[in-house]
Amino acid sequence: MMRAVLAAVLATAVILPATMATAGPIEDRKAIMKGNGRDTKLAGDMLKGAVPFDAAAANKILANYAAAAKAFPAHFPANSKTGGETEAAPAIWDKPADWKAATAKFQADTAAAAAMKPADAASFAKAFGMVTANCKSCHEAFRIKKG
Amino acid sequence: MRKRLAGLTGLATLGAVAGWLVTAPQRLDASQVAQGPGNAAAGARLFHAGGCASCHAAKGAKGDDRLKLGGGAVLATKFGAFQPPNISPGPDGIGGWTLAQFDNAMRRGVSPDGRHYYPAFPYTSYARMTGQDVADLFAYLKSLPPVAGKPPETALAFPLNIRRGIGLWKRIHFDDLPMVTLPPDAPAAVRAGQYLVEGPGHCGECHTPRGPLGGVFRAGWLGGAPDAEGKGRVPNITPAKLTWSEAEIAEYLKTGFTPDYDSVGGTMVEVQANMAALPDEDRAAIAAYLKAVPAVK
Repeated sequence: MMRAVLAAVLATAVILPATMATAGPIEDRKAIMKGNGRDTKLAGDMLKGAVPFDAAAANKILANYAAAAKAFPAHFPANSKTGGETEAAPAIWDKPADWKAATAKFQADTAAAAAMKPADAASFAKAFGMVTANCKSCHEAFRIKKG
Repeated sequence: MRKRLAGLTGLATLGAVAGWLVTAPQRLDASQVAQGPGNAAAGARLFHAGGCASCHAAKGAKGDDRLKLGGGAVLATKFGAFQPPNISPGPDGIGGWTLAQFDNAMRRGVSPDGRHYYPAFPYTSYARMTGQDVADLFAYLKSLPPVAGKPPETALAFPLNIRRGIGLWKRIHFDDLPMVTLPPDAPAAVRAGQYLVEGPGHCGECHTPRGPLGGVFRAGWLGGAPDAEGKGRVPNITPAKLTWSEAEIAEYLKTGFTPDYDSVGGTMVEVQANMAALPDEDRAAIAAYLKAVPAVK
C-alpha cells in the first residue's frame, strides 16, 4: 500500500511539470523562450565578466538550449497562429520549409555547442556564439513584435 | 457666353501652369550642392549609418554580397510596391552620375533626368546630411563592385503613378529643418546623435507615425508607428517608452540584445547589423540623442 502511494506520488511529481506546461502551445513556447532569455542573460553576464565564469553553469546553459531547441517546434500547431498576444509571425505557417530549415539549424547548432563541453570562458564564448547566431536570423523572419 | 468660356479656359490654363510650376522638381542651388572630392573611407561609415544595403542589396545578402547594390527586395506598403533601383557604380546604376546629380537625388529627391523620387527612398531624412558627407558616400559607392541589370521600375496605381504629384507632396511634407530643437547647451554627443538619427540614419521614417498622405507626423517624432508592411508595430523609442540607459541602448545597437537579453527581430535585424558596423562613439551619440528627444506618450 505504502509503496503504491509512494509510486503514485512519484509519478505525479514526474508528470506534474509536464501537465502544468500544457496550458496551451502559445504559453508553452513563450515559457521556452523565457527560459532561453534567462540562460542568455546568465551567459552574457559570465562572458562580460559581470559574474565569474562557472563551467558547470555554462554547460548547463548549453544543455538547456539544446533541449529547448529540440522541444520548440512542436509548440506551433495550426490552431495557435493567433491569440495570447503571440508574437509568432504568420510566416511560420506560410513558409513551412523555411521554418523547418531555421528550427533544424537551431537544433543542430545548439547540439553542436553543447557537445563542445567548454571548460573555459573563451571556448564557452565560441560555443555560445553558435547558439546566439540563431536569435536574430530566426526572429527576423518569424517573430513580430507587438509593442 | 463666348467671353465667359474664354475666361474659363484662361483660368484653367493658368491653373495648369501654376500646378506645373508648383510641382516642378526643386534642385539644390549651386551654392548648396556638394563639392568633391569625397573621401571613400569616410563614406563607408555613412553607408552603414544610412543602411543603403538593406534596401539596395539582394534580400538576405551576407558579407561582401551586401556591397553589391543591384537593387533589393520590393517594399510592399499600402501605397503600393516600391522597387529599390540599382545604385551600383556600373552603367545600370549610378556609374555615369555626377556628384551634383547624386546630391540632388540624396538631398532633394530629384533624379538626374529631372523626376521626383518616391519618398520610400528616404531623401526626406538624407536632406539633413552635410554636403561633405554626401560627397564621401558617393566616393564610397563608386568604390563598390558594379552590378549589371536594372530591376523593373516602381509602378504604382493611379494617381500615385503621376510623379509630378510628389512635387505637391514635397511642398507639404518635405524640408531639411531639424525634427527636434535642442537647447543651446546640448552636449556635443547629443548633437552628433541628432545628425545621425534625423539625417543618414533615417530612424524616424519607420519609428514615427505618418499622416493620411504619408508624411511624417512631427509631434509624434520617434513615438512608434504601425509597420509600413503591415507586420506589427515599430516601437516608440522616445524616453516615454525607451527606459534603457544610454549604455544599454548603445549595447543593443552593437550586439542586438536588449538589457534582459531578448534579441532584435524583424526589419530591425538589418538595421542593427548596420549600426554594429559604426564606431562606438556613433552608437553612444545615437543613445544620447534618444534620451534627449521629447517623450511621446
